[in-house]
Amino acid sequence: MFAYYLELGLRSLRRNPVLTALMVFGIALGIAASMTTLTVLHLMGSDPIPWKSNKLNIVQLDSWDTDNPFNDDGTPPDQVTYRDALALMQAAKADKQAAMYKLALPIQPENPEVKPFLSLGRVTFADFFSMFEPPFKYGRPWTKAEDDGHARVVVLTRDTNEKLFGGADSTGKTVRMDGNDYKVVGVLDDWPLRFKFYDLTTGTFGDPEEYFIPFTTGIDLKKRSSGNNSCWKPSGDGFDAYLQSECIWIEFWVQLDSPEKKTQYKAFLDNYVSEQKKLGRFPRPLNNRLSDVTEWMKIQKVVSGDMQVQTGLGFAFLVVCLVNTIGLLLAKFTRKAGEIGLRRALGASRRQIFAQFLTESSVIGITGGIIGLLLTGLGLIAVRVLYANYKTAAQLDWQMVATTIVLAIAAAIIAGVYPTWRACQVAPAAQLKTQ
Amino acid sequence: MLKMSHLSKVYRTHMVETHALRDFSIHVRDGEFVAVMGPSGSGKTTFLNIAGLLEEFSGGEFWLDGVDVRGMNDDARSKLRNEKIGFIFQSFNLIPDLNLFDNVDVPLRYRRFNAAERKKRIDESLGRVGLASRMKHYPSELSGGQQQRVAIARALAGSPRLLMADEPTGNLDSLMARGVMELLEEINRQGTTIIMVTHDPELAARAQRNVHIIDGQVTDFDDEPKLRSPNRDDNTAAIAVA
Repeated sequence: MFAYYLELGLRSLRRNPVLTALMVFGIALGIAASMTTLTVLHLMGSDPIPWKSNKLNIVQLDSWDTDNPFNDDGTPPDQVTYRDALALMQAAKADKQAAMYKLALPIQPENPEVKPFLSLGRVTFADFFSMFEPPFKYGRPWTKAEDDGHARVVVLTRDTNEKLFGGADSTGKTVRMDGNDYKVVGVLDDWPLRFKFYDLTTGTFGDPEEYFIPFTTGIDLKKRSSGNNSCWKPSGDGFDAYLQSECIWIEFWVQLDSPEKKTQYKAFLDNYVSEQKKLGRFPRPLNNRLSDVTEWMKIQKVVSGDMQVQTGLGFAFLVVCLVNTIGLLLAKFTRKAGEIGLRRALGASRRQIFAQFLTESSVIGITGGIIGLLLTGLGLIAVRVLYANYKTAAQLDWQMVATTIVLAIAAAIIAGVYPTWRACQVAPAAQLKTQ
Repeated sequence: MLKMSHLSKVYRTHMVETHALRDFSIHVRDGEFVAVMGPSGSGKTTFLNIAGLLEEFSGGEFWLDGVDVRGMNDDARSKLRNEKIGFIFQSFNLIPDLNLFDNVDVPLRYRRFNAAERKKRIDESLGRVGLASRMKHYPSELSGGQQQRVAIARALAGSPRLLMADEPTGNLDSLMARGVMELLEEINRQGTTIIMVTHDPELAARAQRNVHIIDGQVTDFDDEPKLRSPNRDDNTAAIAVA
């Protein structure tokens, strides 16, 4: 019977193309508005590295002023000083550890047709690559020996390699940055990070890195970080004084492969700070923290309240569209009371009438859902065009496509059930007499 | 074929109770052609609707082709209606968007016949009313008489044992009405029981039995069947009003 109901539904929808179009586009717009905002919310809020997010932890040490907490709620700073970063690296108590900061350097390409440009890179340790697992297209990460040896090596991102070498395998070649030559040891492949969860200090959706160089090499350049830099005491004169200051500008991540190791590492941090207190540092009470990736996303409010409100509004719009569709379907089915009465007289049960009209509603919903999916795609393109920072977060994945389709069918059924139920209440005898 | 005993039908609103049928008893045997007459508001249509399982009744007993209808759920009533009863309405009640083939197909779909069986029955029933050549036409392309013939074809397609006709010629001119009436008589001669509501005494006179309803009760009936055909096997059938 389903084929018959489908045929009747399609025939009925073709008979009133304007009304049908109104209902379909009503659902499509509602679906598109809600799914566009939900997709961004979903991608922003989902775990960026689910297979190891609980092992990667950011270190927070409260090295701040005793009278003025770093944050009003008492949470410690999200960066550490150079002295502490170096001490923690040298202690090497975690399974893996990587201090890191942002650094902007001018790149002077060999190709005379490519003009020099300022590029934003990340200065870090070799463990960064095995901790955060960016995919390599060519070559390899640099080694710990190269960290220790202050090697002039660089890992390029795919886009930078495209710009400098036309996408060819550039390992072994040289890149000139700020007057120094760096040997390319590796080139990353496309790294589909929705956001740089390992550095949320300058906003969730900062520009992606263009290169990576060893931390030791970066420090040799005696250049200050291009990221956040906060001091509660004067930093002194010169770069060496800056390194020894209480200014915080380095993110410090560790990989701890078990909960026991996390407990041990936390104890190590507390011991370290206690020792530092004896040296007159860390005037505030012990307030060290280790947060894994998902905890860090919550602390840093990666999913903003605004985004949640926008998603709520998107769904409110869907409800308005559904109410509109319910009204149109009610009007349409009411006009069919005569036909319903006749079909009942000719042997259709209420259940069969319900199935017939619900099929018609579902056709509207599924069509609206498909168009809504296309509009969601367009909506996400618009988000990417209008908000460049969201370009990695505003993408449809299969989960969202499936959600859209389920939502569309559910919306159609919700919109169709009441008018259909009303249609089934038609008293056939009354309708047949008034035909 | 149809037996109602002490049947009642009460319509209730929050203020008023209206007794459409009261202590209503009738017995229609297989193969009868019964005309039901009465003034407007007397309960004719209510009787027809209850007899056709389109409405439920408030009290009493109702047997249709040996089946006790009391307490049946909607599915069972719909199935029984689909299998046993054909309807013919005053205003034809064809679905304007469906061509004649698809209109006649409607009850057969609910009967769940396969496509070949449905086509055979539609061809036969439209042929029987002389419209086989127009099955791709739409109702609006036909005269009133032709539309009523299509409605009759639709009623016959499922081979019902009982045909309920509510003023079947009420919207037709006399020539067309005569044609439709002759068709109904022919159908009755072939064994189908017909209950016809009419205001027209001439049409009623052509039925075997007349039942008069006033104020929801049977007030009068013919106790002698008019034999229309000497070779009918059920020529002794009578309407017995208890």
